[in-house]
Amino acid sequence: MLTSSSKKSSLTWLVHLSVFLLVLIWTIPTAGLFVSSIRDKDQLSVSGWWTALASSEQKVVYRTPVPDSQIQEADQYVLKGNLFADSNASVSAFGFSSLKPDAFVVGSTATMKKGKTLTVQANGDYVVTSPVPFTKRGQRIFYTADVPPRFTLDNYREVLGSEGLAKSFINSLTVTIPSTVIPILMAAFAAYALAWMRFPGRALLLVTVVGLLVVPLQMSLIPLLKAYNFIGESFGVGSKTYLGIWLAHTAFGLPLAIYLLRNYIAGLPGEIIESARVDGASDFDIFRKIVLPLSFPALASFSIFQFLWVWNDLLVAMVFLGNNEEQLVLTGRLRELLGSRGGNWEILTASAFITILVPLAVFFALQRFLVRGLLAGSVK
Amino acid sequence: MAQLISALLVMCIGVFGCALYFYGANLLLDYCFPAKQRPYDVIARNLRIRNAIRPWLFIGPAMLALGLYFIYPIIDSVRLSLFDRSGEAFVGFANYQWLFSSTEFFESFKNNMLWLIVVPTLSTFFGLVIATMTDRIWWGNIAKSLIFMPMAISFIGASIIWKFIYDYRSGDDTQIGLLNALVVFFGGEPVAWITVPFWNNFFLMIILVWVQTGFAMVILSAALRGIPEETIEAAVLDGANGIQIFFRIMVPQIWGTIAVVWTTITILVLKVFDIVLAMTNGQWNTQVLANQMFDWMFRGGGDSGRGAVIAIVIMVLVIPIMVWNIRRANAEMEGR
Amino acid sequence: MADLTLTNVKKVYANSVEVLRDINLDIKQGEFIVFVGPSGCGKSTLLRMISGLEDISAGTLEIDGQVVNDIPPALRGIAMVFQSYALYPHMSVYDNMAFSLQIAKENKANIDKQVRKAAEMLQLTPYLDRLPKALSGGQRQRVAIGRAIVRRPKVFLFDEPLSNLDAALRVATRMEIAALKEKMPESTMIYVTHDQVEAMTLADRIVLLSNGNIEQVGAPLELYEQPANVFVAKFIGSPAMNILPVTINKVGSQTNLAIDATTSVNLPLQLDKKEEGKKAQLGIRPEDFTMTALHKNDVLISGEIAFVEALGESTLFHVKTELHDELVIAKFPGVWDIQRGDALALAAPAEKLHLFAADGNNYSQ
Ligand SMILES: Nc1ncnc2c1ncn2[C@@H]1O[C@H](COP(=O)(O)OP(=O)(O)O)[C@@H](O)[C@H]1O
Ligand SMILES: [Mg+2]
Repeated sequence: MLTSSSKKSSLTWLVHLSVFLLVLIWTIPTAGLFVSSIRDKDQLSVSGWWTALASSEQKVVYRTPVPDSQIQEADQYVLKGNLFADSNASVSAFGFSSLKPDAFVVGSTATMKKGKTLTVQANGDYVVTSPVPFTKRGQRIFYTADVPPRFTLDNYREVLGSEGLAKSFINSLTVTIPSTVIPILMAAFAAYALAWMRFPGRALLLVTVVGLLVVPLQMSLIPLLKAYNFIGESFGVGSKTYLGIWLAHTAFGLPLAIYLLRNYIAGLPGEIIESARVDGASDFDIFRKIVLPLSFPALASFSIFQFLWVWNDLLVAMVFLGNNEEQLVLTGRLRELLGSRGGNWEILTASAFITILVPLAVFFALQRFLVRGLLAGSVK
Repeated sequence: MAQLISALLVMCIGVFGCALYFYGANLLLDYCFPAKQRPYDVIARNLRIRNAIRPWLFIGPAMLALGLYFIYPIIDSVRLSLFDRSGEAFVGFANYQWLFSSTEFFESFKNNMLWLIVVPTLSTFFGLVIATMTDRIWWGNIAKSLIFMPMAISFIGASIIWKFIYDYRSGDDTQIGLLNALVVFFGGEPVAWITVPFWNNFFLMIILVWVQTGFAMVILSAALRGIPEETIEAAVLDGANGIQIFFRIMVPQIWGTIAVVWTTITILVLKVFDIVLAMTNGQWNTQVLANQMFDWMFRGGGDSGRGAVIAIVIMVLVIPIMVWNIRRANAEMEGR
Repeated sequence: MADLTLTNVKKVYANSVEVLRDINLDIKQGEFIVFVGPSGCGKSTLLRMISGLEDISAGTLEIDGQVVNDIPPALRGIAMVFQSYALYPHMSVYDNMAFSLQIAKENKANIDKQVRKAAEMLQLTPYLDRLPKALSGGQRQRVAIGRAIVRRPKVFLFDEPLSNLDAALRVATRMEIAALKEKMPESTMIYVTHDQVEAMTLADRIVLLSNGNIEQVGAPLELYEQPANVFVAKFIGSPAMNILPVTINKVGSQTNLAIDATTSVNLPLQLDKKEEGKKAQLGIRPEDFTMTALHKNDVLISGEIAFVEALGESTLFHVKTELHDELVIAKFPGVWDIQRGDALALAAPAEKLHLFAADGNNYSQ
């Protein structure tokens, strides 16, 4: 008895440990993205994000300001200042040529050509002296510094402003909200008809919907692209319009929406609907006053699905909205940044985090409905 | 700000336009065929007409949309696959010939098969394992929620997240990508992961597995909880151990659900192109059908014939699942 | 003012099974009609055709002389109470009751008056603001009835309204429905049940259905005393009537029946000469038996007691006889000191015996 229970508890520990490891593997990538997006961009590019809390060693080149600030002390011209603008890093070594950037320890005085000297203190104070006045550009100082961790929202400020993410954010909303509401309306009506109204061809329609559930989007793209271009040309409107993408997203979301909602609505108690019919309600009344309020959970789960799907979609947006600057949605913007700013991780991480912020918020707030919808959609 | 207002305005027009249709159409129908203060036979006739028309008012917009965005394009894709790049001159099966003799197609087809085997298998496997384990620990729901989370992230966002993990710095530079940092930490040489042919496919697949495992987990976890407790208790009384119970009692009872999860992910795999587009755009032998098709849609102004042929290949791969789905749904409806 | 006439009404469902065959029925205004029959016999289907929720496959339904086959439920002047109550779960009790009037666009003051009146009648006033899920089963049932009353229908339709209630509540609600009928003598009510006690206690007339046919229509006691056929005889009354195989010995001013080789009985019944020598079925209700002694010559049936059910208020004896395989049941009031295995001799007054032909129809009709 004793052995079996101790075996059991060690097994439980194993389960705890494995789940913990799996959760770690699944969350670390996103955590890394977030941490990186709020790091100082100079630190980001030289050290892994997991060292974000440790101070990092940076090798930096500094150029003293123009010689206007020089003062004359005895026979020497002197430039004074501090290497750091605001942070409280500490210098460990310095030098004056790129060949030996860390030739001197802090506090010592380096002698340069033409009798010039350079002294750098640990706190960044430097003194450059010269027997002749400084004329041309400032003096270059190479130093190695331990910079304390620095977190900043500068990256976000930059991508929202100059990289155009704020605009894309609004574009994404403009695409997503109608693309979520319209298919719900259309699908709910259709689902009600398929569940509770009698008309010829009902069974065939249902089978069609089930069949279309799995048809890949790719099958529709080329003919639709051609049709959109044709319509755009013949009516003299652009072929890349919000209306166009709403309709596309609506249609592409419809099979799942109709399927999910029909299953739910068909499961409502028939006597309630008959009772309403006896009470004199037309099908439109029944739909509005009985079915719609009672289907709230199903409507909620589908809207979350559709919202996430549209918000995260790249393919439909690229094909039907194109990549013109004015209408670029977030995913499209990300793709563009990936091309143009491929190495600038501070830009990529901040942008990516902005794009996933809304879906993540929706996800955590409404997870319950999402799960319910998933289950209704696949397990029967 | 102006953009925000115009966006709001446009949204309202879109949504209200749609609502207005349904409201107006139904009102119009009732108005045209009144059923009040009329002789009985007129009322009866009008109501019959109403009941015959109303289903079509309800289902009409959806049918129209499905027709225009699925049925028509499917037919037109088949047509376009027999035409040249601009869709004007008939070229017979030339596009198909091109496809089956192009090495690029075989590369992407081969990669696609690899994706089709690896991604559904791993996602379902991890999903099942995690579902089983989280069901028996007190913080299981938190764990599930965290593993489910990538579902909310766009493929392109996920690609950036993982590209950052695979990041490679040459020479002695500090590795800021987690994977290479680990390799260096354990004394290895850093590698530019996504440029290593063949294996790079797996690095891309991991992204989709990372996203989809949560889906598999949620559904399988519900199925596992639906297993009658008595069957497990009976097995315990019969002296089965944990592993035996899992494989001989629990798994057989959720085969149906496992199949559903598997096929759902399979279909997704066939459609996903964002990951390849963002990570490699098909370079270093990572091309897949969906991305190749996207490529041909726009390459050099677009080649609708070749694009359509690739789309048809994807469609053909989906058809078995479609048939299976329809038969399942039919059986279910008869059971009602 | 609300007479119902069904003429040759048929129902065939999509799977081409004929659920109802040739139903003819006249219902007068103010009657309380109960459709009763075993489950699956088509009671609900018939009720739903009257309500308009199911199409009538053939024949006509008239309400007040007006053929209403094609008129939708709402315009037939009917109201229906469903077995599951079918309350709208998202609406308060008040809104549930007001719904039909709101749909009919009546003015608010009038709606309010009607709803409050019905609520008063059913003691629902304190619950008007509650949602259905905050009510007990009995209260929900009353809301469902209230919803029907508010519409002031010509015909009330009830489909097994008590089946979802527990036994005690069922009796109480049954009384309430009976009381409701008293308060609204001019309303026609049609009530579906599979429970013969409900049928017997509530009905002015019972319509007994089986297998898509009407077996008999009549007042409750009429069905009990003069069942039209073996089916009715066995359906009404509990325990069910005993049916014994007999042969018609002789006809005349009385009919002589041979029960077995040595026993015969005379019935006050005049039959046609051609019936002589035919097989027939003799029906005896368990409660019509009297106890006698084996050697007496009024013994009708005798046998060994297979088992005894002592219910306190009465005792049931299941008797094994030589006549046929089924046990004969006899019911006597009170407690008896008679054991399993004892012999029992039973007699019955001739006027309480029912004689059915081999095809099951009652000879006396
Ligand atoms: N919609 C339907 N389609 C086909 N058969 C039906 C349908 N509804 C009822 N039936 C069949 O009709 C018969 C009578 O049903 P019903 O009227 O509900 O019986 P009950 O007397 O128990 O209320 C049953 O055999 C039932 O199976
Ligand atoms: Mg019934």
